[in-house]
Amino acid sequence: MSATFMGMPAFPEAARAATGDAQLRHNLRKATRTIRDKRAAVVEELDDWAGLRAAGAAIKNRTLRHLDTYLERLEEAVTAAGGTVHWAADAAEANAVVTDLVRATGHDEVVKVKSMATQEIELNEALAEAGITAYETDLAELIVQLGDDTPSHILVPAIHRNRSEIREIFRAKMAEWGVPAPDGLTDDPRALAEAARTHLREKFLTTRVAVSGANFAVADTGTMVVLESEGNGRMCLTLPETLISVVGIEKIVPTWADLEVFLQLLPRSSTGERMNPYTSTWTGVTPGDGPQEFHLVLLDNGRTDTLADQVGRQALRCIRCSACLNICPVYERTGGHAYGSVYPGPIGAILTPQLRGTASEIDASLPYASSLCGACYEVCPVAIDIPEVLVHLRERVTEGGGHAAERTAMAAAGWVLEDRRRLTLAQRAAAKARGLVPRRLPGPGAAWTDTRDVPDIPAESFRDQWRRRESGAPGRNERKKRGGRR
Amino acid sequence: MSASREHVLARVRAALADVPRDEKPEDVTVPDDYARSHDQGEPIGLLVDRLEDYKAVVHRVGAADLPAAVASAMAWRNTHRVVVPADLPADWTSQTATRTVAGDELDIDELDAVDGVITGCAVAIAETGTIVLDGGAGQGRRAVTLIPDYHLCVVRADQVVAGVPEAVARLDPRRPLTWISGPSATSDIELDRVEGVHGPRTLEVIIVE
Ligand code: SF4
Repeated sequence: MSATFMGMPAFPEAARAATGDAQLRHNLRKATRTIRDKRAAVVEELDDWAGLRAAGAAIKNRTLRHLDTYLERLEEAVTAAGGTVHWAADAAEANAVVTDLVRATGHDEVVKVKSMATQEIELNEALAEAGITAYETDLAELIVQLGDDTPSHILVPAIHRNRSEIREIFRAKMAEWGVPAPDGLTDDPRALAEAARTHLREKFLTTRVAVSGANFAVADTGTMVVLESEGNGRMCLTLPETLISVVGIEKIVPTWADLEVFLQLLPRSSTGERMNPYTSTWTGVTPGDGPQEFHLVLLDNGRTDTLADQVGRQALRCIRCSACLNICPVYERTGGHAYGSVYPGPIGAILTPQLRGTASEIDASLPYASSLCGACYEVCPVAIDIPEVLVHLRERVTEGGGHAAERTAMAAAGWVLEDRRRLTLAQRAAAKARGLVPRRLPGPGAAWTDTRDVPDIPAESFRDQWRRRESGAPGRNERKKRGGRR
Repeated sequence: MSASREHVLARVRAALADVPRDEKPEDVTVPDDYARSHDQGEPIGLLVDRLEDYKAVVHRVGAADLPAAVASAMAWRNTHRVVVPADLPADWTSQTATRTVAGDELDIDELDAVDGVITGCAVAIAETGTIVLDGGAGQGRRAVTLIPDYHLCVVRADQVVAGVPEAVARLDPRRPLTWISGPSATSDIELDRVEGVHGPRTLEVIIVE
């Protein structure tokens, strides 16, 4: 399925290896905590956040429930604005379309804006096979690419690397790809960024073909939207003659006005900024300004399978902000690589097994890569109930899994149970899911309870009950009745 | 590849078998009880505050003082040659000694060789400290504000809106838009913010009231 991640151990093993890496844990903890504190502060600034979040979720639901209509509308609008639309049912088709388009330009180099869709389909590898070199231009992606590595975070793909590692990568590898690192390069972030600037500037000014993704595609107007920080996106979207955008079919929003919601939700949830430094929007081609040839490749690659699952469908609302990664106690300890796909963290745990199916051991183990504490749901700007989908997917895995599922479940259970806090969280999740999966312990124990009788799961764990009595706060069920959730 | 088109659309429709046939997109209601803007203060003061938070340099001047403010910014930055869109109002640069060249005539390498760029803008958003360029009057094509390392942007008070929804409503999606919130920046190395990677490293804003 995924060449990059072939031979990945299942999540519990990968996680165990990662949690043993002190440097990685330190980097991750520092990074995720910094971002999530910033996020909390800027979200606090907007007193209508709950309303924005509800609107964001509803707009995406509207789009998904009528996706065929919006896809056709988008195609029409892009075409009318001078662009060309292509459709790709899977990764192989998308790669073939892009390869052919690049070949048709007569060039054998492309500059790339950071895009998860192109990582998902392993476009760079496919282009390389066709003799086309793809240059990643986002600083973190550059670090990952030069280091012959894979990204470990949606937003900060090189979050697992520290400054001295980055300096070594630049010194060892930049020359192979173009302008070499300057002599005497230090590990000061400023100096490292400057080295990247010089290295990439040459590429920007000379490469005639660019490949991007898009954060949003507006059906009504055919407008593509890319949010970024460094200006590498603007470079790729403006200077080349040909622009090819590979966009998942779930990235659509119906109208231009809908962006008023997402341009507030995304930056604040993502980098914790009021707005990211640069946002570019373009509609087809503009004579005399920017690429004169624009191709949109609409990508399915498992999205329609996800769409077909009425519980799992909500995962397609994801706007890839990465807030759920930064809040996740499991991600904070394991890092992104343990998830074995381009989508790490809680969203990866529900999206990857839906996009790829649960046939492989890693994909079958992903729904267990969580303590079900619910923090990811709380921060998600489009209110995806990740715990609900996790429990649902566990059921699916268990049904088809037999022995492998049981082993996976027990390995995950061991990991959860070794820490008291995790146990508390798992118990709470179990209580929450009571109505959903009666007679079956949700969470890591699901495979195990399939063959055994379990007593009713109490509505509240003993510890929670005790704490509530001590503090005089209302219980979970009472809260729920008063509309605490949703 | 129209076979793929039909294939994907058929799969989408099959996946949505649970959606009632007579349901229309509008039947999925979208709550709109969020704010058009937030009560965070007088817009221009707020814009200044947000821009400075991004380490942009900001000035507030009266209309009559704009040419002098441009001249002093140019002198302070020690610029010799800056690019301007062909339709930039001539009086903006009437007092500066810096040579101005029309952006439309320059190719990318030439843009790379100038000291900076002066433009107007389409809209500015106070709450987020964002300036939006739409390629309209006094703004030029996208490359002119991208390649030079220094961008001086003039914002008229009547172009300032409080929140994102008001900006989206004012903008025309058919134009290519660039939303700028502070200078180019990266936090990719241990989350240390470094200003200026590829876009201009310095953003200076003159607000004309
Ligand atoms: S699932 Fe929600 S929180 Fe996580 S990346 Fe997607 S939108 Fe962000």
